[in-house]
Amino acid sequence: MHWQSVSEFLAMGGRGAFVWGSYGVGLGLIALELWLLRRRQRSSLRRLSRLQQLERQKDRP
Amino acid sequence: MNFFRFSSPQTFYPLAGRLVPLFAALAAACAVAGLYIGFFVAPSDAVQGEVYRIIHLHVAAAWMSMFIYLVMAFWSAVGLGLGTRLSFYMTQALAPTGAMFCFIALWTGALWGRPTWGAYWVWDARLTSQLLLLFLYFGFIALTRAIDDPRRADKAGAIIALVGAVNVPIIYFSVTWWNTLHQGASVKPGGSSMASVMLWAMLLCALAAWFYSLAVSLARARRIILERERHTEWAAAEIARRGAGGRAD
Repeated sequence: MHWQSVSEFLAMGGRGAFVWGSYGVGLGLIALELWLLRRRQRSSLRRLSRLQQLERQKDRP
Repeated sequence: MNFFRFSSPQTFYPLAGRLVPLFAALAAACAVAGLYIGFFVAPSDAVQGEVYRIIHLHVAAAWMSMFIYLVMAFWSAVGLGLGTRLSFYMTQALAPTGAMFCFIALWTGALWGRPTWGAYWVWDARLTSQLLLLFLYFGFIALTRAIDDPRRADKAGAIIALVGAVNVPIIYFSVTWWNTLHQGASVKPGGSSMASVMLWAMLLCALAAWFYSLAVSLARARRIILERERHTEWAAAEIARRGAGGRAD
């Protein structure tokens, strides 16, 4: 193992802000994309399902 | 096997549904392995110290942002040439992920540049052309969403994707063509100038980015397919089935 302690790992040789700022924003954006994707899928399905019901009601005599 | 069978949205939709969890699992496995090697196995760099560990994410994101744009241009050419609707759906499914990786590449590059070069940003050819790529992604997304008629939006987006693709070789070769502050390629076809353990971390992160992009774009393509094909019999049946069950997968 390269690191002697957790604090040494977090400090990243004094460059912690840059390293964790990179990985934090990068992984955060990936998590955000996954969340947005899932939310959009759900809302899209609800909308399509609702549209379908409305169209079926309209078609009925 | 007839690959053209999968150019129909109806046959592609269930195939994509089966591939999404597979690619997602591969992405997670590669990311965990890559980050573990990158943070715990790879030694510090003799010149840069610890800050070089940013490059594992930076290079993976930068490669992916360029590659996704080329794939978008490819699907646009296929869509315009053959008139296949699925090609345009794929182009639109890829764009947000490409834009995200492009932003990550610029962001991590800036945070690496400050301690290494002494500046977050310089207007050198590599950085400027990568910033242009981000604007091309934004332009593509804005244009395809601004046009109401989806078929016209498809064609307009395809033209941006094709024209903008000229920028990708400019980004890639900028470090050779011009005297840039950004370093030359460390990994080229036929050889690498990096220590092998660092290279492994980077390649695993790049693989993770590949699988992630595949999983996310296929999942997004499935939503676009249902929205655009909702008046076809099979899509209506699928909407009725999933809408009733409330399943989001």
